[in-house]
Amino acid sequence: MISEFEKFKRFKAKNLPRKEMLAPGHRACQGCGEVLALRMAMKALGENVIVCMATGCMEIITTPYPQTSWKVPWIHIAFENPASVASGIESALKVLRRKGKVSKKHIDVLAIGGDGSTSDIGIGWISGAFERGHDFTYICLDNEAYMNTGVQRSSCTPYGAMTTTSPPGEKSFGQVTWKKNVPGIAVAHNIPYVATASPAYFLDLMNKVKKAALVKGPAYVHIYSPCPTGWGSAPERSIEFAKLVVETRIFPLYEVIEGRYIMSRKITKPKPVEEYLKGQRRFRHLDKEHIDHIQQRVNADYEKLIRLSEMT
Amino acid sequence: MAKRIGIEVSIALAEAVKLANVDVIAAYPITPQTHIVEHLSEVVANGEVDAEFVPVESEHGAMSCCCGSSAAGARTFTSTSSQGLLLMSEILFIPGPMRLPIVMAVVDRALSAPISIWNDHQDIMSQRDVGWIQTFAENGQEAFDLTLHAFRVAEDRRVSLPMMVNIDGFTLSHVVEAVELLSQEEVDQYLPPFKPRYRLDPRKPITMGPVGIPEVYSEAKVAHNEALKASKKVILQGWKEFADLFGRQYNPVETYRSEDAEILLVTMGSISETAMTAVDTMREKGQKAGLVRIRLWRPFPGPEFRKAAGKAKVLAVVDRCLPPGATCGPVGAELRSLFYKVPGSPKIFNFIAGLGGRDVTVEWFEEMVEKATAFAKKRPKELYEVIGVREK
Ligand SMILES: Cc1ncc(C[n+]2csc(CCOP(=O)(O)OP(=O)(O)O)c2C)c(N)n1
Ligand code: SF4
Ligand SMILES: [Mg+2]
Repeated sequence: MISEFEKFKRFKAKNLPRKEMLAPGHRACQGCGEVLALRMAMKALGENVIVCMATGCMEIITTPYPQTSWKVPWIHIAFENPASVASGIESALKVLRRKGKVSKKHIDVLAIGGDGSTSDIGIGWISGAFERGHDFTYICLDNEAYMNTGVQRSSCTPYGAMTTTSPPGEKSFGQVTWKKNVPGIAVAHNIPYVATASPAYFLDLMNKVKKAALVKGPAYVHIYSPCPTGWGSAPERSIEFAKLVVETRIFPLYEVIEGRYIMSRKITKPKPVEEYLKGQRRFRHLDKEHIDHIQQRVNADYEKLIRLSEMT
Repeated sequence: MAKRIGIEVSIALAEAVKLANVDVIAAYPITPQTHIVEHLSEVVANGEVDAEFVPVESEHGAMSCCCGSSAAGARTFTSTSSQGLLLMSEILFIPGPMRLPIVMAVVDRALSAPISIWNDHQDIMSQRDVGWIQTFAENGQEAFDLTLHAFRVAEDRRVSLPMMVNIDGFTLSHVVEAVELLSQEEVDQYLPPFKPRYRLDPRKPITMGPVGIPEVYSEAKVAHNEALKASKKVILQGWKEFADLFGRQYNPVETYRSEDAEILLVTMGSISETAMTAVDTMREKGQKAGLVRIRLWRPFPGPEFRKAAGKAKVLAVVDRCLPPGATCGPVGAELRSLFYKVPGSPKIFNFIAGLGGRDVTVEWFEEMVEKATAFAKKRPKELYEVIGVREK
């Protein structure tokens, strides 16, 4: 299994594919980190892929009929089910190939959902597809809320963040729960490949997506995706936040290959979380106490991750 | 050569799917659909058909998986009942406009609450507007034949729509009947390989399921509706060719002793056999009763039904579904609307019977005919009556 992608020569600045699979002219907001991550992922995969996409920002902004940004075959059925649609496509290709009805050439099957689709409404569907072992890649584009419907909280919304359904007020400080560990849930399915990525580290992102596609069996890539519109951050700072989130250890970059945790980037001198939190309106109301609490939890989670990478 | 054997109807239906050389089956178990998917798992496991059986985590996942599979160009089948059909509901509306020819056997069953595994039509009637072609089988032979017909019609490039075959839970699905199974050669003669008009293919990329902005949404909905209505021609052609090849002729509606009938029972599904017995009994007593059975429910065969109703003065329409707070049952409402202000049209009375597995007996059909005859003289207060319910 692993040997498949061991052979893969990593993307470097010099050998980046020139072809874009996602055409420009889509309707995303300025500075959208999600569409940027998507474009990089598609560049890594090339043209031999079928994409199943959940309802959400990326679906809406890429396909206002009669226009489409997609240069590869693409299908949208509903909000919670791209993993099931991908299961169907993968099964179809398998049997049609056996019966000689389609070419023998391998086609990557990719399912894409936002954090809401992935961590909340669609988690059972994803779990089913992982458990059954379909050969497909699932990408979660995590902008940390339901953006398409107007910035409501999801279980990937970070602690303390303001959304339209986790508003701070007299009796609340915003989101009261900690971000759900969706990569951990993916790992618990014993799938061969899980990774986290951020568009600020675009080569790392592209290599991970490509590896996920090359691996046989289910693969999961969780991509942090800044959303200036939903976060109240400056569009031109999206990449900066995508970098800061890693440098503060809030969103560590790692791979889990066959259960082995591998840190992609060890952050030896972390920046304080405050540096990341400021400049985003969603965190503006947080006081020192909350920020300290976040710092402690980030430290603890990061240590846990390092221990996992040393243990496995 | 065709052989006539004693076989459970669920198994016969599953055999039809196997003979159709299905590519992908995605299904989730629910009583009384289980025997169909168990048998299909078995024939796949035994290599009797080269197919992928996807043991999905839910019915919603099943229908989602079927959409993907069909869009990728595979002949696709699923089956469900009751709560499972309702869990699919969100997705059931999608393959129609997207023109994905999925075939599904719906083993009709009551809905919760209270939970009931037994037969009626509440599940399918709640999903009547999902935009699928819908047929209802009366017996095992029909269940087998209509399933093959469904693949042929659904996948016909002029149609390219999802299609479901309804069979009544237990009273049909679990009954052993004499069924003439067709041979592989015969099926191959009738059912050509699936050649989709569009499919997800990297060599010819297309975007399926885009956003329908207000400027195009209505057109998309109308196009689907037109396609569904136009499918009738192909449905009829499929039945005609079936008759030419195998000698069994199916029609959108069937009649029984209706020529000179003054009052007609109208039924759907397996209770029609009991209704025929009731008609015989009433005829022996000198009553001019007959029966019209609806086989094709969507698209609704209006002209055929009107013709079948002939000169009858009264229709006693039986519904197996009680829509709370409605003016009457769904079949009753359909027919009232069909005949509204049509000169010389029959008086229509609606009876709701056989909910959650309650048997609809010969006596009750007689009671319906009796009541409808009386109602024709003196208009009742209500637009429907529930038959066979204990007062206490
Ligand atoms: C069954 C269902 N429930 C709710 C919705 C409404 N809805 C559409 S997109 C969306 C939020 C999407 O959030 P996410 O998955 O995080 O993607 P994003 O838009 O943030 O990229 C919601 C709630 C829906 N389409 N279907
Ligand atoms: S709302 Fe956010 S995720 Fe959606 S298009 Fe705009 S920036 Fe991108
Ligand atoms: Mg989101």
